[in-house]
Amino acid sequence: MKILYFAWMREHTGCSTEEIRLPENVTTISELAVYLRGRSAGHDTALRNLKTVRVAINRKYANLESPITDSDEIAFFPPVTGG
Amino acid sequence: MQKILISEADFEIRAEYDALKKTGVGAVVMFAGIVRDTAKDPQLIAMTLEHYPGMTEQEIENIILQAEARWPLQGVRVIHRVGRLLPQENIVFVGTASAHRAAAFESAAFIMDYLKTNAPFWKKEESKTGSAWVDARQADETALHKWRLHK
Repeated sequence: MKILYFAWMREHTGCSTEEIRLPENVTTISELAVYLRGRSAGHDTALRNLKTVRVAINRKYANLESPITDSDEIAFFPPVTGG
Repeated sequence: MQKILISEADFEIRAEYDALKKTGVGAVVMFAGIVRDTAKDPQLIAMTLEHYPGMTEQEIENIILQAEARWPLQGVRVIHRVGRLLPQENIVFVGTASAHRAAAFESAAFIMDYLKTNAPFWKKEESKTGSAWVDARQADETALHKWRLHK
């Protein structure tokens, strides 16, 4: 699956996008975040406080309990600040 | 003309006005968001805007569809710039055209309010003291309440 990070989350993880294989026991966004935190110290920092983070599945807003599959594109990003 | 444009390039207000006017209606409302001036903030050097290509267009499309369902609109145009922008440069443009001025005014405000809270853009401010990501404002979230109350 494809994972994307934006803004300060991207700066912490050190990558804007990465491909991973979804472990079988990871079925929701919050479980995925826990799994991704183990990838690096930067990932751990970026995904530590999910209350301040927005998430999208296949380019649509989702929440921490949303179910995911290995073919999904998941994006993690801070609250938006355009306009 | 396509309704949505995400671009590094600047936009031309006059050309946008002329295109909206071509719809033949009696009212055009236009909003422009601009990087604040260094006279107001002497520390500011630039702003860099990042976005989520694909999702950005989809979210703005959703907002426009909601506006069109609520008001009788003959034309809508949303332009958002990305990349590095200097003080006083244009950031965002929203234009609406309708036979009724209230519809044009209200729908332009509605589109801007939802764009600010839903469209995946992020601003990083570069100043003389360093650079920092802009925090989301609660006031922007609060601005949505009026649209939910008056359906």
